[in-house]
Amino acid sequence: MAGYPNPNGAPQKGLVGWIEERLPVFSFMKAHTSEYYAPKNFNFWYYFGSLALLVLVNQIVTGIWLTMHFKPSAAEAFNSVEYIMRDVPWGWQIRYMHAVGASMFFIVVYLHMFRGLMYGSYKKPRELLWVIGMFIYLALMAEAFMGYVLPWGQMSGWGAQVIISLFGAIPGIGEGLVEFIRGDYLISDATLNRFFALHVIALPLVLLLLVVLHLGALHQVGSNNPDGVEIKKGPKGNRWSPEAPADGIPFHPYYTVKDLLGVGFFLMFAAFIIFFEPTFGGLFLEKDNFVPYDPLVTPEHIVPVWYFTPYYAMLRVVPDKLLGVIVMFSAIALLFLLPWLDRSPVKSWRYRGTAFKVALGIFALSFVWLGKIGGGPGTDPVETQIGRLLTVLYFGYFVFLFVYTHFGFEKSKPVPDRVTTHD
Amino acid sequence: MTKARFPMRRFTSLLFGLVVSASVSAAGGHEGLAPANTQVANKAMLQRGAAMYMNYCAGCHSLKYLRYSRMAEDLGLTEEQVMENLAFSDTAKFGETINAAMTPKDGAAFFGKAPPDLSLSARSRGVDWVYNYLKSFYVDPTSATGWNNTILANASMPHVLWELQGSQSAHYGEAKEAGASPAVESLELTTPGLLSPAEYDAAVRDLVTFLEYAAEPAILQRQAIGVWVLLYLALFTLIAWLLKQEYWKDVH
Amino acid sequence: MAEHNVNQGRRRFLTATTAVVGGVGAAFLAVPFIKSWQPSARAQAAGAPVRVDISKLAPGQLMIESWRGLPVWVYRRSPEMLSALPTLASHLRDPASENTSQQPAYAANEFRAQRPEIGIYVGICTHLGCSPTFVPELTPQPFDPEWKGGFFCPCHKSRFDLAGRVYSGVPAPTNLQVPPHRFLSDTLIEIGVDPEGAA
Repeated sequence: MAGYPNPNGAPQKGLVGWIEERLPVFSFMKAHTSEYYAPKNFNFWYYFGSLALLVLVNQIVTGIWLTMHFKPSAAEAFNSVEYIMRDVPWGWQIRYMHAVGASMFFIVVYLHMFRGLMYGSYKKPRELLWVIGMFIYLALMAEAFMGYVLPWGQMSGWGAQVIISLFGAIPGIGEGLVEFIRGDYLISDATLNRFFALHVIALPLVLLLLVVLHLGALHQVGSNNPDGVEIKKGPKGNRWSPEAPADGIPFHPYYTVKDLLGVGFFLMFAAFIIFFEPTFGGLFLEKDNFVPYDPLVTPEHIVPVWYFTPYYAMLRVVPDKLLGVIVMFSAIALLFLLPWLDRSPVKSWRYRGTAFKVALGIFALSFVWLGKIGGGPGTDPVETQIGRLLTVLYFGYFVFLFVYTHFGFEKSKPVPDRVTTHD
Repeated sequence: MTKARFPMRRFTSLLFGLVVSASVSAAGGHEGLAPANTQVANKAMLQRGAAMYMNYCAGCHSLKYLRYSRMAEDLGLTEEQVMENLAFSDTAKFGETINAAMTPKDGAAFFGKAPPDLSLSARSRGVDWVYNYLKSFYVDPTSATGWNNTILANASMPHVLWELQGSQSAHYGEAKEAGASPAVESLELTTPGLLSPAEYDAAVRDLVTFLEYAAEPAILQRQAIGVWVLLYLALFTLIAWLLKQEYWKDVH
Repeated sequence: MAEHNVNQGRRRFLTATTAVVGGVGAAFLAVPFIKSWQPSARAQAAGAPVRVDISKLAPGQLMIESWRGLPVWVYRRSPEMLSALPTLASHLRDPASENTSQQPAYAANEFRAQRPEIGIYVGICTHLGCSPTFVPELTPQPFDPEWKGGFFCPCHKSRFDLAGRVYSGVPAPTNLQVPPHRFLSDTLIEIGVDPEGAA
């Protein structure tokens, strides 16, 4: 925990110096920890970035261990998961860490993204940072979907059937594309086997690369903060460095110890679920997935895992197949465009117009409510109507944001020159 | 340890119930099921449930993922106790999983379809469903087995536990549409069985508790360990908080 | 900016405490990952003790049983074979079974057996893992003009006597392994379990 930068910059001696001359890993680490200055006013919402990294590590390590016992074949996959749950010493623990970890990943990422919306973290100069983050979200969804297919339960097989069929809505090439993705005329061993390869090797590599780029882009432009003030543009000089932003503090040790506290709370939350409600009432691991996949019998309710249900609801309430698919994918695609749709010079909602705050609240509410509808049976016509309204509200946010900021309707409050702290 | 687990579990279900009560009904769960109130950490219940399973269920239903050896260890039984009192098949081996006395092929011939393996039923159906199912058989002369069930209509399974429960008959309500068969409104115990209704409920509860265990043997370990993990994490978080407070004295 | 006094002692103490407590947690967290590499319940069931009926085993005859994937020899030694064993001591590396890792205490005797007439050994050469050939004849052999019966390893010419004891001057370093075993009756042996009361 020697957190303080070497003030005189004298060359290191010994083994460290020897390595440093040949590969400057130590100065690289320093530049990104104790010499990376983050705004000093981070609040609760700033824990989720480091927590996402923690969950990623958890998924990779537990995932490696699961592949040691899992059999990626239609004949053996389901049995091998029960083998892990029962016969492998502590296999249940590793499997629950992975399965619950997947849901934790989305909880953390959704909160992380909402933080970006609240504090305008997607705005200039962080557009690329946001876009890379959105690619991470996409890769994560693909990763999670394919991972859920692997246990080869009823929800695995039928979920794959439904999601892959979405591609069939594409005019002209749809049918051929569906067959190509499945590698068969039905969801089969071939599908499972290729999803396994993508889930354990291809997508994790993509995710890791994207996370590195995300962090690289973050450290290039610097972190945003709850006030949306650019600390790099403010006065210089603090107790650690005369050149560093006055409102910045070294990430290490200040945010490493603070994030450690966040990790403690987060692990309590995650451990509580892992040890006492690992299926989370059928929300994290659905009941029907404890029945082996049977291509001849569809379960009563096919519902994706909770983190996909908002989009699934949009798909279901639109009465046209192709249009439903377009609506669903646009809901994600529009998020990519946020940095250019929001023209407001003010970043944080603390200083933005009231209408913005209301609109963001409605947007978040419609997303959550759509999630609830998407997780239900989808048979209630009133609910379908509500779902349509919520879908309009979801898309309405983007339209509103552009109109509101482009035509100067927003009445924002003055943004302070320096970050504010409450203590 | 065993005693400490119960309040924790209560607390868990309470807290948890608040969190997902909305989503459970949304996920298509059967409403109006009486709670099974299983106590999976209760070894006496598990042992009685296991005995009941072997006596009444294992003839037709296998537990193909549960090994006799694992069951012996978790239920606090010796190899001799399990193999002599609980394993009725001569070919059963202590290290192997629990097979039904009847082959799936014979089962398909007798009942139209092979009786399902019950290893995971408590997880795929839920303990409440299984508990209510076993209490909801009634006499129905029109069915092939002479029995029907209000939870699973036209179940191909006869009421195996009728000697214990006695037989129930149905009171029918009005048919909703013309030509439709009338719905069962309530069940009445017409012939008492060997057990009183309260004793029968308790026996079924034992059986369902055992099935809950069989569906996830690790449940015993995870609940026991979980308490310690949470205690450790609370300590860690406390220290991390003190550390953070100490360092953040520098930040003004 | 005004400096304030940092209590370095408290800071170091809390840092060390966090590191130690976190390290203990990490160590416990590693346990499931390490233990998951141990033989699973399925492997243990497949490696369960095996029972061998020796009622039909004639003197001088050998049968091979598989236990945990290893060939286990079970054979009945004839009176001539038994009388030959004590005469070989000077040719052997460890005639009195002093190397305790190669047999349970109840088989650490001249015959390396619980009952002198029944020999039970893991049929894997202690040199490089080949399975030696049973050469029971007490007559000169091409590889040993003074042969008194035993096992000859075709791979690297190691020789063992009929009690699984290794000859001196061969590549194999130790006597053949005696697996844990117990007699359930005069004709039924269980391999993989120590006799009751034995360590």
